[in-house]
Amino acid sequence: MERLTFDLAATPLRELNTFLHKDARDGAARHVTVLNPDGAHNIAVGLDCPVEVEIVGHAGYYAGGMNKAATITIAGSAGTGVAENMMSGKVHVKGFASNGAGASAQGGLLVIDGDAGLRCGISLKGGDIVVGGSVGSFSAFMAQAGRMVICGDAGDALGDSLYEAVLYVKGSVKSLGADAQFEPMSEADIATVASLLDQAGLDHDPKAFKRIASKRSLYHWNADADQEY
Amino acid sequence: MCGIVGLLVKTPALRERLGELMVPMLIGMTERGPDSAGLAVFGTALADGRRKLSVYSGLTEAGADFNWLGLAHELKEHLGVALDVEIKHNHAVLAFDVAPEVVKRWIAEHHPKLHILSTGQSIDLYKDIGTPAQVAARYGFDKLSGSHLVGHTRMATESAVTPDRAHPFTAGEDFCLVHNGSLSNPYGVRRKLEPRGIRFETDNDTEAACRFLEWRLREGDDLESALQKGFEELDGFYTFLMGTPDKLALIRDPFACKPAVVAETDDYVAIASEFRSLAHLPGVKHAHVFEPAPEEMYVWNA
Repeated sequence: MERLTFDLAATPLRELNTFLHKDARDGAARHVTVLNPDGAHNIAVGLDCPVEVEIVGHAGYYAGGMNKAATITIAGSAGTGVAENMMSGKVHVKGFASNGAGASAQGGLLVIDGDAGLRCGISLKGGDIVVGGSVGSFSAFMAQAGRMVICGDAGDALGDSLYEAVLYVKGSVKSLGADAQFEPMSEADIATVASLLDQAGLDHDPKAFKRIASKRSLYHWNADADQEY
Repeated sequence: MCGIVGLLVKTPALRERLGELMVPMLIGMTERGPDSAGLAVFGTALADGRRKLSVYSGLTEAGADFNWLGLAHELKEHLGVALDVEIKHNHAVLAFDVAPEVVKRWIAEHHPKLHILSTGQSIDLYKDIGTPAQVAARYGFDKLSGSHLVGHTRMATESAVTPDRAHPFTAGEDFCLVHNGSLSNPYGVRRKLEPRGIRFETDNDTEAACRFLEWRLREGDDLESALQKGFEELDGFYTFLMGTPDKLALIRDPFACKPAVVAETDDYVAIASEFRSLAHLPGVKHAHVFEPAPEEMYVWNA
């Protein structure tokens, strides 16, 4: 069977997740539509096969968390921790995403058409995040690898204690966190932003983005520092 | 954890259905708060000079069998106060024509185990231990009507599981607050308020926030100015939802550590800790759904 629909108003969530973990991996469906998600937690978590999941409505906490290879679309908003620790594949939130979106994602692409809450991309470890709107404070805190494209504005302390992840922001940045700095955009950066915007289906001029990366001054403890980070 | 819910109906026809629409909201927050639940509902104000008290008898020896009509008779005998009494299980609303302090003082002296839940012209308040479904059934929440309400499901962290430490908390008249989170300076706030004659009934952190904001309102601040002082004085994590006779107000701490989501239509504005408590509301699929920003004030008029 190629296409299947699960109505969570009639079917327990556990049945959907069991199907996605077992039967979908065995090839029982390539495309699964989820109706009436109604804010349920843990929809389509831990998927490890290239199935397409379309969630029609608002998802609760951790939707698409730990995703591997699946393409998950949420035609609504997403609660805390959407696509948390994603390994590969794609999660697309058409509405807004709550706190901790894409936290510690190791691979894959998270697209948020609306705004993201606080701590978006916290501890990012290699995934890519494209946010059509703005992100809240403390986004990309301790982000280690991967890229974030923010088409709107960023809140306080963007990129605090950043490692090797690179951030691109089109709008205003309320403040940069410790050790984050604006850097010039190279041709490679412009190509990266263009590619990520293209994958996200968003139309912005890649040259309008600013690059933010680590100053690397926190990499080594300096006992003589005056503690003015 | 803890769950908070709020509902304000804009369409007068929905006032009769306020409780019915709210009960699934409250039950939807059971996992966030399974030990106690409560709500404050605001309806048509009593005539000037008339006041009402919501009173809880669950801590008395008689409990749900408390003799409310006997109490009404005693008050008439001793104070010459005529009371209207509405009884629901171990809860009653007493309405009368004198200053509420007179009645409250007499009750405190003669029935010290009766717990006054709220005072005012518009507010009725219910709170008790038990799951949200149990508390809702105990007091017939589905039959409540009014213009707006605030509700809470509690998972105790800051103080013991007792009926008086459940939310909402009230202070003064027609003001209530529910809280999801934890304050780090409730005793500091308390030490600031107690010398001003403000008395506390519990050791709960939320009570400090409630009494602080009500004190500011009583000192002449409008709701927005009081909330601004709240941002400056109250430290910790919080989503606060507050009710006054004509307003429903929502704020989150600067870190937005505790969740909240709002759904607004032409008919109502509904607030909950999570969307799953809003999913049953009529027309919610076409509602404007958004997350309130940290340290912003959201105030809706009833």
